[in-house]
Amino acid sequence: MPQRFHSAIRLLHWTMALLILAMLFIGVGMVSTAGPAYASLVALHRPIGIAILFLALIRLAIRLRTGAPPLPADLPRLQQHAARGAHILLYLAMIGMPLIGWAMLSAGGYPVRLSAAWSLPPILPQDLLAYGLLRRAHTLFAFAFFALILGHLTIALVHGFIRRDGVLETMLFARMRAALPDEEEETGQALSADLAEEPAEALAP
Amino acid sequence: MPTSHPSLATLTAIAAAPVLLLSGFAWAGGWVGPSRIGGGTIANAIEHSAGKHEGYRRAHAKGICVTGYFDASGDAAGLSRARLFAPGRYPVLGRFSTGGGNPFATDGRNVFHALGLQLTGPDGQIWRMAMDHTPIFPVATPDAFVALQRASRPDPATGKPDPAAMKAYLARHPETKVYQDYIAAAPLPDSFANGTYYSINAFRFVDRAGASHAVRWAFEPAAAFGALDKAKLDGLPTDYLFTELRARLVKGPQRWRMTVTVAAPGDVTNNATIAWPADRQRIKAGTLTLTAAVPEENGACRDITFDPTILPDGIALSDDPLLPARSAAYSSSFRRRALETPGPSAVGKALAGREVR
Repeated sequence: MPQRFHSAIRLLHWTMALLILAMLFIGVGMVSTAGPAYASLVALHRPIGIAILFLALIRLAIRLRTGAPPLPADLPRLQQHAARGAHILLYLAMIGMPLIGWAMLSAGGYPVRLSAAWSLPPILPQDLLAYGLLRRAHTLFAFAFFALILGHLTIALVHGFIRRDGVLETMLFARMRAALPDEEEETGQALSADLAEEPAEALAP
Repeated sequence: MPTSHPSLATLTAIAAAPVLLLSGFAWAGGWVGPSRIGGGTIANAIEHSAGKHEGYRRAHAKGICVTGYFDASGDAAGLSRARLFAPGRYPVLGRFSTGGGNPFATDGRNVFHALGLQLTGPDGQIWRMAMDHTPIFPVATPDAFVALQRASRPDPATGKPDPAAMKAYLARHPETKVYQDYIAAAPLPDSFANGTYYSINAFRFVDRAGASHAVRWAFEPAAAFGALDKAKLDGLPTDYLFTELRARLVKGPQRWRMTVTVAAPGDVTNNATIAWPADRQRIKAGTLTLTAAVPEENGACRDITFDPTILPDGIALSDDPLLPARSAAYSSSFRRRALETPGPSAVGKALAGREVR
């Protein structure tokens, strides 16, 4: 049994994976349309964003207390550093994106409305240029965040199905046959089966 | 420890995950698949027909900030649980404007006179509205709006829209012809202060029990009506309406009564080109009083959008497709002008010129 992330971290990871992907899709989707979906998507975007901020802060606190399982000793030093850097960037994005959104709405003089009766206070004074810059940053960082997630997902799958070094398992709940060594012949088949059976898990970061 | 001979199937499956996500993302963002009308499409269509005026609102570019208050009568509190309808006085920020994308266009045009308002309730909740002086709108959908903008583009040679393009558009959109006939015949107010301003779209008021009521509303002026002579619009001073409003407010506050019209069953709520019959139930929700006007560069109205979908609890969107479209388009316009340097307003420029002299 490999060492894993704390179970609360694993739970948060997969919950947030779904929320963040949904959020990125909602974000680009709402900006693309002036149709009836626009208002509903904007109304979803704000509360989900704040939920992600809240969960990310909880997760960061747990992560700082419980640490992370060590990466395999044979992983090159450069890759170990890259992994650490990417994970810091992911945390920065999870916390930074909602804060930028919140600050941007504040600067634009928009109410930060989470539900019919519940709004958040502004965190920045109203300022047109600040709105413009934050609005642009929100889009650019969203694309960077999505690219980071795709990279994170691809590398996690490489660990799980090519290196089969137990790194992917540190974020899973069950042992994964395909991720274990000594099943080389079935690797390809096992992965296809996993993707077909558990698309949500396989597709999330 | 690493297994160094992954099968082609493994590699394909691993690559498929990010590729699928990326494809889904491209579809969600509208970069692949059928083309969509977004807020940016609408802003582009306006820039296409009115020209691009950097630093200004893409529509209703010429405006002036106003301030005042709203005295709620309490009579609408049975229809909507919005705290703004409980008897009391609530602060108002507003903006009068004329239609079109040119911030220095002359007031001698038979176009929308508009009033944007922001009411702030006792609970801090904000209600924004963007109203025009006509009870109906030229188009019912964002698609028609974009098509109308494209058909209205002045031909660089003649300075007039291409008659063939407009004819083709009107053949497909008789509702726009109805509007054009209406605005050609309707008297054009000779002051911002004596115009009636209509919500254009239908909304829903939600009462304490959670029941929803389809409504439209209008702000009806206390000032006596007077009309501009449409035959002499060319001779009107460029900033006539704005100058007149400032002079009038110096003399005293201006008032409008807010009248809420409640739909009868069967009244359309998803088509702003169709007015409701005149005999519908009307409720006097309160009185708007405007006390001061300042140029946009000194006022608080320039750096917000009068997005009519910003509503307090107790007021909700109807099924009118123009509402999300207006929100998306205002947002695009706001995003663009926020990164451009705001230029002087027509009123500010005129005042600065007078001081120099």
